[in-house]
Amino acid sequence: MSAATGTARRTWYVFRSNPLTILGLAIVTLVVFLSIFADFITPFPEHVGPIGDFGSMSAPPGGQYLFGTDTLGRDLLTRIAYAYRLALVMAVVVLIISVPVGVTVGLIAGYVGGWVDYALMRITDIFLSIPPLVLAMSIMGFLEPTLINGMLAVTVMWWPWYARLIYNVTRSEAREGYVLAAEIVGASTFHILFREILPNCWPSILTKMTIDIGFVILIASSLSFLGLGVQPPTPDLGSMVADGAKYMPDAWWLTVFPAIAILLVVLGFNLVGDGLREAFEADA
Amino acid sequence: MTVRQPVLAIRDLSLSFRGAGGDSEVLHSISLHVNAGEKVALVGESGSGKSVTARLAMGLLQGTRGARASGSIRFAGTEIIAGGQEIARLRGTRVTMIFQDPTSALNPTFTIRTQFRQVLRSSNPRLSSREADLMAEAGLADVQIDNPRRVLDSYAFQLSGGMNQRVMIAMALISRPRLLIADEPGTALDVTVQAQTLKLMHDLTERLGTAVLLISHNLGVVREFADRIYVIYRGSMVEHGLTSQLFRAPHHPYTRALLSAVPRITGAELPGIVERSDEFLRPLYVHAGCGEPGGAGS
Amino acid sequence: MNSVARILLARTAAAAIVLIGVSMLIFTIARVIPGDPARIALGPLATAEQVEALRTARHLDESLPVQYGYFVRDVFHGNLGTSFYTNRPVTTDIAQFLPASLELIFAAGFLMVVLGIPLGIVSAHFRGGGVDHVGRLLALLSVCTPAFVWGVILQLVFAYFWPIFPLEGQISATAVLPPRATGFITIDALLAGNWSVFVDALYHLALPALALAMAGIGQTARLTRANMVDTYDRPFVEMARAYGFPPLAIATRFAFRPAFIPTLTILGLDFAALLGNAFLVEKVFVWPGISRYGVEVIIRKDLDAIVGTVLIIAAAFLIMNIIVDLLVVLINPRIRLAEKRT
Repeated sequence: MSAATGTARRTWYVFRSNPLTILGLAIVTLVVFLSIFADFITPFPEHVGPIGDFGSMSAPPGGQYLFGTDTLGRDLLTRIAYAYRLALVMAVVVLIISVPVGVTVGLIAGYVGGWVDYALMRITDIFLSIPPLVLAMSIMGFLEPTLINGMLAVTVMWWPWYARLIYNVTRSEAREGYVLAAEIVGASTFHILFREILPNCWPSILTKMTIDIGFVILIASSLSFLGLGVQPPTPDLGSMVADGAKYMPDAWWLTVFPAIAILLVVLGFNLVGDGLREAFEADA
Repeated sequence: MTVRQPVLAIRDLSLSFRGAGGDSEVLHSISLHVNAGEKVALVGESGSGKSVTARLAMGLLQGTRGARASGSIRFAGTEIIAGGQEIARLRGTRVTMIFQDPTSALNPTFTIRTQFRQVLRSSNPRLSSREADLMAEAGLADVQIDNPRRVLDSYAFQLSGGMNQRVMIAMALISRPRLLIADEPGTALDVTVQAQTLKLMHDLTERLGTAVLLISHNLGVVREFADRIYVIYRGSMVEHGLTSQLFRAPHHPYTRALLSAVPRITGAELPGIVERSDEFLRPLYVHAGCGEPGGAGS
Repeated sequence: MNSVARILLARTAAAAIVLIGVSMLIFTIARVIPGDPARIALGPLATAEQVEALRTARHLDESLPVQYGYFVRDVFHGNLGTSFYTNRPVTTDIAQFLPASLELIFAAGFLMVVLGIPLGIVSAHFRGGGVDHVGRLLALLSVCTPAFVWGVILQLVFAYFWPIFPLEGQISATAVLPPRATGFITIDALLAGNWSVFVDALYHLALPALALAMAGIGQTARLTRANMVDTYDRPFVEMARAYGFPPLAIATRFAFRPAFIPTLTILGLDFAALLGNAFLVEKVFVWPGISRYGVEVIIRKDLDAIVGTVLIIAAAFLIMNIIVDLLVVLINPRIRLAEKRT
């Protein structure tokens, strides 16, 4: 018991001793906070829709509009906060679906081997051989651009990465002593996969999931930049950049603030994920 | 015969590392010397400081973050304690080193031929490939490799450990250095191969007049090879004498423990040493006639 | 070199299988979508008969496997269908637009290697120091920023504020295009000896290629750094130092070579990933490439064009991966000589 808490404490110590990780944690906390409490802390929650302050259209940053307003007079800061909420929800949903699917495929293929392995990994390869964005785009192309469809498209393109990751880990773990011991005892395949091998995969999975939250948001913003994501008036970081690009360089704030917002959230989750990786490795 | 200065003279060398928890002293004012053509062994277990001593003598450790060395290291009269350009120029030509695991010490992406050329050209940039290859072949013949051409065309991973060990010896001696430092040579090989290559190294350095500083944890190996032995324990020299003297009349309890453990297959724990005894904490014992040059053996 | 040929064959066979799978995947998705493709193609003003006629002509009323059969037959005749957007065979469209994208991607790949690797080597050489930390942070920032943001920033800074580079397009509107040999305007201009057009094309290529490459540069730098740091701890690097080889030579040759092999594999993946991000950059810079074409046909739900484009892009991706695999085999003596054991 005390060995486990000792490990946990050491992991936590390594985690919090890197200043970059702390920075990442701060960013992530900020983003999550904004997303959850957007209704209460943003100055103009009513600007989420198509109506803004028509008296202050395309106002530069300053005064009551900290980041300025867009062409419809909507407060940029508010819209960014709500866009964060949407982005986080999307990332979480995508990962909640794609990770279990990918991990299961990887576990089965890696452990069972044989033609099951071959078939599953060839299918994974098929998905992986279409460059990431292209697959999501083409799926979106066939469907109406809504949030749900966007999530579907990104999920479909995301699971193979986890399949590949877990496949490699499982293949090396399958030869380890504890697996053989379980087999001899007569444990079911289900038990071996999910109660023996999977716990050893948690560090890689958690690290990757954390970093992926950022990358899902990045891909999603790329999709909506191209017009294949959520449609107006829903606030979305990618489409904000696309809309703002037309008014460069004069109304620079229309592009710069959403762009920084994207960069910030991706960076934050990346730093936290890197910190996790360091902490887990220190324990190895 | 005039008294020549030693090829390597280390005096009162101390080394500490600055780490997260403060400074840790690794070497406590040790001294040793190697005369021209002599074979000297530095014996100790892992962690005793023998490897860092060797690396300091080559100027390899001085640049490391947090490493602080004090004292004196003279190579052929030149002070090199601070590392730097002087010793960097001498490395590979006047003083060379061979390593524990020969296969992993050779670069896996270059052929042996290319690596010989690199070594030869570092001291003589205008050397033609043809000349370099001829020298390499001669060097390989010296270490009794039968078909040098085939070996030269190979990569390290294609050759056996014993073969790679010979290649390393040949490479180290090809520039006729004054001092060869051998860091646990052959430890990664099996025992018979290790014995063969050590004999080879002994005969070849004898013929070329190269001085050797042999780093080892194995007194049995050292007995066949060295003229003089230094015993180091936890960063301090504990005994120093001619091979015959040391084996006949070991003084320090640690030396005695080492000897009683010979022969052994692996580097196991030494039984029966009581470290806190007065005997153990005695200062360095120097056998007759074996002082450090320029003063009594510290 | 037997093993090389064998590996090439094995990879190509695997790629072919995968490509077939991709075609099935994308074909199925295309046919399974809600909505009537024929109606979409002809628009709301077409009559019911016209829609029906189109549906029969395109075999849209038959079962999925049959449709796929027609599709495969057509592909083997070099026919990828017709685009409703351009009213031309899809193959013609692809042949026109693909080279521009390839030019962009190769330029970006070149920048990735030429800028990313040295940055990684420098960072590894000074590991732990200030240079290293700054380098790593910059690399991370470039990875975390989407390509379209880079595009917009580069446009703003280097095309607006300091108008060094043109704003958009592949070539100036007033330039006379050289005769089309490869479809790469830069190469074609060189081949034709037309220096001014070559320079003009390079100027247009600069910003988009850089925007596309930024994430890749950062990733390459991080990867190179990590592999170099690992390699620095290996015994043969200590031996190189023991032989007095200068630190520069160690960084760029003795340590770099073995470190490059694991780098190359992932580099290949990153390079192929450029295919995906090209879409974003082509939109920002109005680059007449296949990615822009792809976005247009996707927005218009131009089925044949979408399937054809995705298929070609997947094929390009697979080919790039094969080439990278080959390079790895050629550079890594261990694989190349696997047969000749002494």
